[in-house]
Amino acid sequence: MRTKMKAPAMNNTVKNMIRTLKLCTLLFIGTAAVAVQAEERELLHANNDVANKASLQRGARNFVNYCSGCHSTKYVRYNRLAVDLDLTDAQVKDNLIFTNAKVTDNMTINMDPADGKAWFGKTPPDLSLIARSRGTDYLYTFLHSFYLDPSRPTGMNNVVLPNAAMPNVLWELQGLQKAVYEGKTSEDGKRVDKVFKGLEADTKGKLSPEEYDQFVRDTVNFLDYVGEPGQVERRNLGIRVMGFLLVLFLLAYALKTEYWKDIK
Amino acid sequence: MSTETKNDVGTTGLLGWIDARFPLTKTWREQWGDYYAPKNFNFWYYFGSLALLVLILQIVTGIFLTMNYKPSAEGAFASVEYIMRDVNWGWLIRYMHSTGASAFFIVVYLHMFRGLMYGSYKNPRELLWIFGMLIYLCLMAEAFMGYLLPWGNMSYWGAQVITNLFGAIPYVGTSLVEWIRGDYFISDITLNRFFALHVIALPLALVFLVVAHLLALHEVGSNNPDGIEIKKNKGPDGKPLDGIPSHPYYSVKDFMGFVFFAMIFAGIVLFEPTVGNLFLEKANFDPADRLQTPDEIAPVWYFTPYYAILRAVPNKLLGVVLMGVAVMIFFLLPWLDRAKVKSIRYRGWLYKGFLGSFVISFIALGYIGMHKPTPVLTIESRIFSIIYFAFFLLMPWYTNVDKTKPVPDRVTFHAH
Amino acid sequence: MSEAENVDESRRHFLLVATTVVGAAGAVATAIPFLSSWQPSARAQALGGPVEADISKLQVGELMKVEWRGQAIYIVHRSQEMLDKLKDHDGMLRDPNSEESEQPAFAKNAQRALNPEYLVLIGVCTHLGCAPMAKFKVGDTDVAADWPGGFYCPCHGSKFDLSGRVLKDVPAPLNLKVPPYYFSSNTTLVIGLDKGAA
Repeated sequence: MRTKMKAPAMNNTVKNMIRTLKLCTLLFIGTAAVAVQAEERELLHANNDVANKASLQRGARNFVNYCSGCHSTKYVRYNRLAVDLDLTDAQVKDNLIFTNAKVTDNMTINMDPADGKAWFGKTPPDLSLIARSRGTDYLYTFLHSFYLDPSRPTGMNNVVLPNAAMPNVLWELQGLQKAVYEGKTSEDGKRVDKVFKGLEADTKGKLSPEEYDQFVRDTVNFLDYVGEPGQVERRNLGIRVMGFLLVLFLLAYALKTEYWKDIK
Repeated sequence: MSTETKNDVGTTGLLGWIDARFPLTKTWREQWGDYYAPKNFNFWYYFGSLALLVLILQIVTGIFLTMNYKPSAEGAFASVEYIMRDVNWGWLIRYMHSTGASAFFIVVYLHMFRGLMYGSYKNPRELLWIFGMLIYLCLMAEAFMGYLLPWGNMSYWGAQVITNLFGAIPYVGTSLVEWIRGDYFISDITLNRFFALHVIALPLALVFLVVAHLLALHEVGSNNPDGIEIKKNKGPDGKPLDGIPSHPYYSVKDFMGFVFFAMIFAGIVLFEPTVGNLFLEKANFDPADRLQTPDEIAPVWYFTPYYAILRAVPNKLLGVVLMGVAVMIFFLLPWLDRAKVKSIRYRGWLYKGFLGSFVISFIALGYIGMHKPTPVLTIESRIFSIIYFAFFLLMPWYTNVDKTKPVPDRVTFHAH
Repeated sequence: MSEAENVDESRRHFLLVATTVVGAAGAVATAIPFLSSWQPSARAQALGGPVEADISKLQVGELMKVEWRGQAIYIVHRSQEMLDKLKDHDGMLRDPNSEESEQPAFAKNAQRALNPEYLVLIGVCTHLGCAPMAKFKVGDTDVAADWPGGFYCPCHGSKFDLSGRVLKDVPAPLNLKVPPYYFSSNTTLVIGLDKGAA
């Protein structure tokens, strides 16, 4: 037998109902999420810090030395780098510009997109927003994941971007990696399939693994910064704005309470 | 000798001069100052004024964006990056606008849910509800067209998919799609006309509808969590006993709501404007590419419940029709609901159960619509679509047989 | 409803004023980014940066024009005759010593130049912005019998001498502006940056 609800509890009924709703939704989303996650490839964590200017300076140097031969960052102006990376215009001109570009120019490249396509099979994309469209973890993993593959025209393949058109321009620094496979018997027990297990070093590079890791992290950090140059400034502003709004909210709350004393 | 023209509202000086010639004070008093609203408004009643705030925010930030945006396939993507990088504070204005779009839907969905809980669409507020629904439709069109403007890859393919929906209409579909695009594909021409609609036509319609919505509201009076008509109990002064003047009481209360909203809004804009992948999608940071569909294509979160319904149906035309019906069916609520009481507080378990499962299915469909279809998700999307439509289609039955509780004469209110 | 005896009017008044003041400050602070977005953008500033002019081929007595920030910059290679002539018509000028006009400190002299041989002016009439024409011939009857040689504005007839100084009785109120500039070499002029002042 059911007992009847009493009238004053009405407000609580609604609250309980909402709570139940939330719980059901959470439970449902939980089960669905597991199904989806299984197909996503695990990425390494970049753990970069866009507020670290020394890292950004190193990343900028890495970028102009190893990437900007083929990849533009056409939405980035050199003198903006100067301001954000604590460099002078002269330092930018001496260390980051290898062409006759001016510091007020954008970081474009001279390579004709059609040539790029002919050489690599795909025009090397502009990297201004690559960290935003792919994520820093992806870039970090990508630069760690080249391995020897004689079947590819570049002799290299990549774990996170299979059949990547990009050659491994960093191989001298990292050394070469090879893929390790393990045998796995197919379900019907008739074949043994090669299943990708991981990567291991084949030859030594100029940099130690730790140095190479730092190299990649700095470069990815630079691309993260380039994706949204104002992000540090944005977060700093955020703290001040939240402080201000908190004060205003307390005043607004006190004012509302004061007026609503009238209402009986 | 000249005599000062008298006015009906008793103001003097400059204001008096204006009031004799223009209903300034009169309008203020009718629409807000002397508008008596029920004193028992709860949390759910903040979202109407917040929707107005977001509308103003979108209009202002939108105007400033048009000052630097280039509505052309050639220049759109670069002009957005120009705004984000080169224009002073351009990034803030753009993030406010992109966050505002999602905020608009959050606020409007909560506002609509409030209406469902307290029966705000019921007699005499049917027209008020219809104006609100028209605002919602306008808002959807506004959001869809605005999403094309950055000319990112998701913009492009989103517009591609949505305009193709019209192709499902028999006989005229193909020509209709061409007519909407003004080309054989989503092109510069499409972008240009979507821009015109997004920045002029639809905002004008929105503002007009919002005015109509407010005039209708202030004509019939606000509903409240008890679903009681406060006009039925008037004091000797002719004012509703359970009503209080909007000014100053709801002025200070709504202002408090504004500031609270501003905290959440500023937090998103300044700390996490993409909200993972929800408010700004990753794929839209790649420029539009006719040859490359993004790996995962899904509309922005506020459209995903309907998108999931579309995908749940294995027939193109039927899917499009059901998706359209899923939106339009809200218009019929005032006539589907046969209950004698308005508020959920006095309704029986049937209505509570159906509303609860409707909300769950709406959220679940929204979740499913964001993800790649899998066999499990497709089955779930069908189940939730059925629940979604059952809420509406069975309403005449369950609201009729549902056991309601007696509604008191006066609103429930505990003084603070 | 309202029970006046319970209301603390001073507290209410204080909260109202405090909230209004803080709220208004927030509104003003919010308006700043929007107004500031009208300032020249980083791109406009980059495009408005200094420009170089090669003056190696500019013959004596000739004028060349270069563009800087969307304005024509006039560069005149003045002859000794032209420079001498500048001294003898102060009486015809409204502001012979460039007291009121806009120019870098180094140009506040009769020659209005860093190197007297080269006159550098912004070719925008100080009346309503037309481009003055070169009328270098002394006594050019197209302009006036007592014409000392200089610039003549076709729009409203304003006249300037060969230092860009405005003559009396014409609509233009001030001497032509001199932009900031310096010589990066004997034959290269950089307009838009004043090395001396920097």
